Amino acid sequence: MSDAADRPASVIPDRLRNGWTDALLRWEAILVVLLVAVFVGNALATPWFLDIYNLADATYNFSEKAIIALPMALLILVREIDLSVGAIVALAALCIGYAAEAGLGAPGLVLVGLAVGLGCGVVNGALVTRVGVPSLVVTIGTMSLFRGIAQVSLGDQALTSFPPAFTALGQSYLINPPPLPLSFVLFVLLALLFGTFLHFTATGRRLFAIGANPVAAQFSGVRVARLRFRLFALSGLLSGLAAALLVARFGVVRPNIALGWELDVITVVIFGGVSIAGGVGSIPGVALAALVLGFATFGLTLLNVPGIVITVMLGLLLIVSIAAPIVLKSVFGAR
Amino acid sequence: MTWLARNREATLAVLIVLLVAAVSLYAPAFATPASLLGVLNDTAFLFMLALGQTMVILTRGIDLSVAANLALSGMLVALVGQYGPDMPAPVYLTLAIAIGAGLGGLIGGLVGGLGIPPIVVTLGALAIYRGMIVVIGGGDQVNASEMGASFQAFPKLAVFGLTSPFWIAVIVAIACQMFLTRSRTGRGLYAVGGNPVAARYCGVSLERTQFLVYALSGAISGLCGYLWVARYGVAYSEIALGYELTVIAACVIGGVSIGGGVGTVPGALLGALFLGAIVNALPTMQVSPFWQMAIAGGVILGAVVINARAETRTGKLILPEARGSAKAARP
Repeated sequence: MSDAADRPASVIPDRLRNGWTDALLRWEAILVVLLVAVFVGNALATPWFLDIYNLADATYNFSEKAIIALPMALLILVREIDLSVGAIVALAALCIGYAAEAGLGAPGLVLVGLAVGLGCGVVNGALVTRVGVPSLVVTIGTMSLFRGIAQVSLGDQALTSFPPAFTALGQSYLINPPPLPLSFVLFVLLALLFGTFLHFTATGRRLFAIGANPVAAQFSGVRVARLRFRLFALSGLLSGLAAALLVARFGVVRPNIALGWELDVITVVIFGGVSIAGGVGSIPGVALAALVLGFATFGLTLLNVPGIVITVMLGLLLIVSIAAPIVLKSVFGAR
Repeated sequence: MTWLARNREATLAVLIVLLVAAVSLYAPAFATPASLLGVLNDTAFLFMLALGQTMVILTRGIDLSVAANLALSGMLVALVGQYGPDMPAPVYLTLAIAIGAGLGGLIGGLVGGLGIPPIVVTLGALAIYRGMIVVIGGGDQVNASEMGASFQAFPKLAVFGLTSPFWIAVIVAIACQMFLTRSRTGRGLYAVGGNPVAARYCGVSLERTQFLVYALSGAISGLCGYLWVARYGVAYSEIALGYELTVIAACVIGGVSIGGGVGTVPGALLGALFLGAIVNALPTMQVSPFWQMAIAGGVILGAVVINARAETRTGKLILPEARGSAKAARP
């Protein structure tokens, strides 16, 4: 972060990172080191960590959240936020469950998930960009609404009947060997897609422009509202995809499915170096953060660390990862 | 703008009366004095927490950690009640407020001192505080039988059918109203939220103001923590899980602008009362409690859409993005 300030202000917009070669030298490099440290540390701590099947199964636990983290990163980049992703997963999962009871096949069920997710995302996007309500408030409301609908229709029941072709999507490997779960493959492909979109296309650059200064972007001819609307729709769509993967993996739908995911997803995005103030961030950072957090959690679980202690650690990590650069900057007086 | 705000509160008050009247027609049991006093008693926590949250939101912040703070403070006080000697209730109250203020002050230090965005800090704090309950309590819960007699008796004290949490909420509300309207520091919250840069040039310290509001919100959470745990007779890690969203919803319904600088004590109280009335009305109307969440969501969205309409009618904003752009204005 320090060298941006050393360059002439007329060339460099305030704190905007200049391409991804620069970015790789910063937070992403630290994340790579952390990822290596997580692997080495876990491999030393427990002999079961480096088992290829264990690693493949570990990806199940974070791939769905990591998929949602990609559109969330873009939303936070343009100064918006979507707290309703967990609730969208719940509502989409519910519809998948009902569709399965109605006898729909595997492709149909995935489509139902995507369609419901997209619909929810469109509602969020419309309320934010058309009505002009801050996204924080809108998505707190839709979060209650979407999960509320799931609770009303399911109550304390659960939907458990799914066609084998559908559950196979989440419970078997896409290819084997090497064992690769579908959800992880999808995450990697989507990460490549999002990375290319954000860092190598004009629209991707426009997102940085919106995040850095929405008013200036608007006056520069960027369709701010339309892009924001599409990002909310995208966030809903991929939450629907995550719902399909999650239901296929669990084989059961309850109203509390994916409860609290929004916090996990936002943690991944912020830990990945996306600034909550907008305009700063990269997809490689977010993808690396998902891997670091995912494998760190898995390693700690292997070591029998209670889940709640892991939660405390992740919370501390989130705060420290933001506080550390600020403290270091003030100590070394880079400004 | 003041006229509009006052008008909003009047509208909300009328809505609440209509709601109560409509529910009473359908289920006469709801209109009995005991039931209506019960609404006030049950909403006491929401009143207090919404006031704390209002002060935070006024400065353009947000405190997602209130429910976790409440649960952790409640757990700590309950442990004191379990292992310590039986002390008079004011000791527990003071202790809870101090613990809550400490937990909130930590957040205030990170937000005000280091300038970390409040949503990040409070999100992290939420996870940490919730987790700490399990770590400190060893995964066990503290039950009613393990708490002292005086510990549990206080929140059940009733005057005129209203229990002590409600009366404490009244005191908190009066204190907040005095603070926000009559004190220089309190007016400073509006200045910081309205325009942080201008507030700084006017000599209002952003750092101190932010630290203060999170500490105050924390103190209120701690206070509620003791009252909650003692009233319901159990302390464990999932107390008030997700309640922070209800609190924020109450503020939003009450007309507190998430963009900062706009909001009043009566507004926040009415917003909380509106939600509280709905929550209490559902069982009397034989509606499944599963509806609660969906209705709350619908009400929040309805309220913010109406708020947004009201704001656009004033015609002050030329570009909607102008509001967002000032978010990062931090000298």
